Amino acid sequence: MSTLTTHPAAEPTGVRALAKRLSLHLDTLPTAAAVVIFIGMIIYGEAAYGRIVQFNTLSNLLINNAHLIILAVGLTFVILTGGIDLSVGAVIAFSSVAGVMLINAGWNPWLAMALMVLIGTAFGTVSGILIQHFHVQPFIATLAMMFLGRGLASILSTVPERLADESPLRSLGTQIEIYDGPKVDDIVITPGVIIAAIVVAAAFFVLHRTRTGRTVYAIGGSEQSAALMGLPVAATKMWVYIISGTLAGLAAVVYTARLGSAQNITGIGWELDAIAATVIGGTLLTGGAGFVLGSVVGALVLGLMNVLITRDGGIPPEATTIITGGILLVFVLLQRAVLARRRE
Amino acid sequence: MSANAHGPSEALKGLVRRQYFWGIVAIALLLLVNLVKDPGYLAVSIGQSGNLAGNVIDILRAAAPIILIAVGMCLVVSTGGIDLSVGSVMAVAGAVSMEFLNGASDTVGSGLAAVGLVVIVSAALGAVNGVLVSVVGLQPFISTLVIMLAGRGLAKVITGGQNTTATNETFRWIANGYVLGLPVVFLLALLLALLMGLLVRRSALGLMLEAIGMDAKAARLAGVNRRALLFTVYILGGVLAGFAGVFATASVMTVDVSRTGYQLELDAILAVVIGGTSLAGGKFNITGAVVGAILIATLDKTVVFLGVSSSATPAFKAVVIVVLCLLQSERVRRMFRQRRAAGAARPAEREVVAA
Repeated sequence: MSTLTTHPAAEPTGVRALAKRLSLHLDTLPTAAAVVIFIGMIIYGEAAYGRIVQFNTLSNLLINNAHLIILAVGLTFVILTGGIDLSVGAVIAFSSVAGVMLINAGWNPWLAMALMVLIGTAFGTVSGILIQHFHVQPFIATLAMMFLGRGLASILSTVPERLADESPLRSLGTQIEIYDGPKVDDIVITPGVIIAAIVVAAAFFVLHRTRTGRTVYAIGGSEQSAALMGLPVAATKMWVYIISGTLAGLAAVVYTARLGSAQNITGIGWELDAIAATVIGGTLLTGGAGFVLGSVVGALVLGLMNVLITRDGGIPPEATTIITGGILLVFVLLQRAVLARRRE
Repeated sequence: MSANAHGPSEALKGLVRRQYFWGIVAIALLLLVNLVKDPGYLAVSIGQSGNLAGNVIDILRAAAPIILIAVGMCLVVSTGGIDLSVGSVMAVAGAVSMEFLNGASDTVGSGLAAVGLVVIVSAALGAVNGVLVSVVGLQPFISTLVIMLAGRGLAKVITGGQNTTATNETFRWIANGYVLGLPVVFLLALLLALLMGLLVRRSALGLMLEAIGMDAKAARLAGVNRRALLFTVYILGGVLAGFAGVFATASVMTVDVSRTGYQLELDAILAVVIGGTSLAGGKFNITGAVVGAILIATLDKTVVFLGVSSSATPAFKAVVIVVLCLLQSERVRRMFRQRRAAGAARPAEREVVAA
């Protein structure tokens, strides 16, 4: 139990070692595949379109996908327990529209930002209660929350709500130059990216280094066994939905800060992006196995795909969701194949 | 006390058993509200060429697409699954038919060909869902979520992002025509619902679907061909959604790729739940789904009629779904039952955990 990482006494050499490592770590195969795909996409993009491997493209990749990374981290928690959260996109819509309208109405921007995060927390809490205490299936409960969030956002406003340029919320989207490269080839980050990095680090710590994290994995492996072991299943299941909702609220802050406006149709389909990022990153849809850092790679794969589609110009942007869906299905099939291998 | 408790307990039994009765009550209440606002609301006049016209007829017309997707959803839900893709399949169906008719001549043949094309395309989308769920064994909500989002992308790709318009009298007649004074759409929807109802209730099909929804393993051991049935159900759901898409686009002869069928999966799920079908699977009620669909159409029309901002309705519907889910949950039911038992000691109920 205490030895989480096992060090083989003698390292076998060469191909055999690799084969042994792969067979030992079949769980990591999808994550490894995601990393390979990411590198492959970068090489392909550099060869076909150029200007991919340079500081400003890669900085922008992080800046433009900070919100997706945050969402994917939240969803990793939920999916690890074998659940799902379909409400994240709608939570972002409601939270960002509400936040921008409150700031425009003269609220203290920092208070409004805190409220935006808390809106996410509230949605997550309601989902958690429905799922844990009333045994509503996770997808039904979060689907209802998705419609509720989207509906509430539409009640508030159906037109884009713009944020004043000097608003402190926008300061979270200011680009900070870290390294001044030639021409515009600089390393640039935003506070949003820093927030995403902190979230990833915190999630990594919680999932891999704390009891709560082990409980999350245990629930995904077998909820019944986890309960029989005396793990706090009920509380942990509540927590994962609260975490996911809160992170969706945080993602709303980061996204709104970057864009400077909010609308009730913001975030349609982002639940699919977030699920795809998580699954591409190697988290099993049935729960029990996966990595936070894998989800980050998954989010970056999707972000890079968008960049490549834009650069290519031949693929209509409408096809993006089709491609995302296709990739998600391929990875789910890969997972099932791996699982079948493991059972043998 | 016990004599008093008898009445409510009977009513409660009725509520659990025939939930759609309350749907009918709700429809009546909504109509009553409208009647208070405008005493002539229920009036049905005979318009030119002997067709019925009036608010009630409008409601029936609006209910038609919802009835179809609700019936499809009902069957899918009974197997313990869900079909989130119905709205997007509607959009794809509309896009396909409009693109086809846009280039075709205005004849009866091309109108029918468009409907045929819709059936093929929507059956194909349903088959994708069916394969993913039955053969691959993917969770239904994931595979249909992919089709829900990718389907809308597909509709946009088909029309090139445009809202395609076309003219075809036959196709238009489906939505705007009348037979026996009643709108064709409503009659068609009712006919399809009736056919479905007869198909599943007059054969063992419905029972088998419920068996899958109750316990897939037990159903397999009992000799139910789970794979083939699930595959068929998702195709049926797809085709019904395709027809709904035809209904929705034919009335205006335009497909709005981002709005046709948007969030209609919400309506379908709501109609199904109002009709007394458990979202946990294992039982379904097609009559209830039809009643639920008509209730939703009535609600939509009432909201517009009363001048309430229609943007509030989705949130309201979502709240209703949550409440109905709570009513269906084992915990709340147990609370009701304990009240009814009034202190009588009961053996501990087996906890039914929805997997």
